[in-house]
Amino acid sequence: MNIYWNQQWPAHIQYALFLADNALILAQQHSKWCGKGPILEQDIALSNIALDYLGQARNFYQLAAEELNQLEGVQFYTEDSLAYHRTDRNFVNLLLTELEQPNWGHCVLKTFLYSSFASLVFQKLMHIQAGELTAIAEKSNKELAYHKRWSQDWVIRLGDGTAESNTIMQQALNQIWPYAGECFIPANFETVFWQNHPSFFHELEKEWMDYLQTIFTEATLQLPAKQAWQTGGKQGIHTEQMGYVLAEMQYLQRTYPNSVW
Amino acid sequence: MSYTPEQQFQHKIDQEIKIEPKDWMPEKYRQTLIRQISQHAHSEVVGMLPEGNWISRAPSLKRKAILLAKVQDEAGHGLYLYSAAETLGITRDEMYHQLHTGKAKYSSIFNYPTLTWADMGAIGWLVDGAAIMNQVPLCRTSYGPYARAMVRVCKEESFHQRQGFEILLVLSQGTDEQKAMCQDAINRWWWPSVMMFGPADEASPHTQQSMQWKIKRFTNDELRQKFVDICAEQVKTLGMTLPDPDLKWNEEKGHYDFGAINWEEFWQVVAGNGPCNKERLATRQKAWNDGAWVRDAATAHAAKKAAKHLHKVA
Repeated sequence: MNIYWNQQWPAHIQYALFLADNALILAQQHSKWCGKGPILEQDIALSNIALDYLGQARNFYQLAAEELNQLEGVQFYTEDSLAYHRTDRNFVNLLLTELEQPNWGHCVLKTFLYSSFASLVFQKLMHIQAGELTAIAEKSNKELAYHKRWSQDWVIRLGDGTAESNTIMQQALNQIWPYAGECFIPANFETVFWQNHPSFFHELEKEWMDYLQTIFTEATLQLPAKQAWQTGGKQGIHTEQMGYVLAEMQYLQRTYPNSVW
Repeated sequence: MSYTPEQQFQHKIDQEIKIEPKDWMPEKYRQTLIRQISQHAHSEVVGMLPEGNWISRAPSLKRKAILLAKVQDEAGHGLYLYSAAETLGITRDEMYHQLHTGKAKYSSIFNYPTLTWADMGAIGWLVDGAAIMNQVPLCRTSYGPYARAMVRVCKEESFHQRQGFEILLVLSQGTDEQKAMCQDAINRWWWPSVMMFGPADEASPHTQQSMQWKIKRFTNDELRQKFVDICAEQVKTLGMTLPDPDLKWNEEKGHYDFGAINWEEFWQVVAGNGPCNKERLATRQKAWNDGAWVRDAATAHAAKKAAKHLHKVA
């Protein structure tokens, strides 16, 4: 049975699902690199990051499932029903997370953008009273600090390394950058969730962009010229890629419904 | 009376004293170990591919996390083992080169395809089970760095084996389709797992010398028999069968008799003609070649940083 997104759900539940979807889809894309990394130690590092995101996704899904079951008086929602029984129109992850990762530069850049964005969000969550969300943010923030450091070092290393690596990284950045802006353009559930902190998104954008600019400068990478941001993920309007991501991920649950694994 | 280095070496082995990297050792002992440890390391790294094939399709988030962690552990095992081999005077890049050019072998079991989710269970139960049978005695192998690496590897492998068996246990109690999936995976993985112990003793050229040097502690056939005896019992818990009509308890021997192994298939796969030999090697080669720019950049960046540092110091 499919689960459909409901805009009437309390904002903090929608927000938990947003954070879960981001982490799950990023973990899904990263984990495809397991066994194929350029250096064995870095293969382990990226798998480790994927495992951290998978863990975060599970924490947020479990929280959302518990609250939705209570809210609707059912026992229907689980971490797996939320992950495996929604179609792409009912996922609200950032488009950034679902993009393909055709080379190692994309793996590094996606981790860099997401972890540096998410760590700002999680730090803010740690300073407000958001119950379980705050608790998960506290735990996850330690992981994000490592992801951010790891990916920042690699952005610099690869941007500044050789002429070839600089070209590859610049091309990857050009492709990924239009998807960055979605992070600080709030969806309705975010506006409601952060209503007591009306300047949050403005501050987030400023602090994040300043940081990114510093690192990209050190990496001798150029930010692409200003252009319209690609958005829609938070409204369930995804890239064409997303259907394939879910088709693969949900294959067994869809083929053999009502089975225990 | 003085002893030759060779005699002193054998004396240490006989006294169960570990051989360490700086100790004198016969060249053939060194070469045998390089061959065996690097082959083992390659098996871990190539072994990531058949299971990696199902990470993106794991049927629950919990199973996905367990499988991803398991495959990542294998990378870690590869790392310990490459490091152990490096103590014998070969570099990791040289070992990779041997793998990519087909000079070095890896365990043939990874040349079989993973076709269903149940294969993740069968690999855990049978393949990791056979590997543990081979590897537990290696924790006492005569070369110190190898023995110590194996202690860590074995701890994680036994965990993997239990996880694999549990995948099959859940399937065996599931729907008819899941039960069929479980039996099918056992049918396909059983004989290749039995072959994992290598050729029969009379056809294993290295065994005698390796036993004398205590690199190996049991023969291939001894370990194989132990594996069959254990699996023949465990399969009953699953309510499944092993695909061998000749499998039968032999009261007199105190062991299970089992059917003839298809050695023709074994040697074909070793020779590179298994179902996935070409794909596995091509995937490793591609990962290595596609990663060249990353490794070059890391080296170049480190050199730039070092030069800047020197400049500052000056």
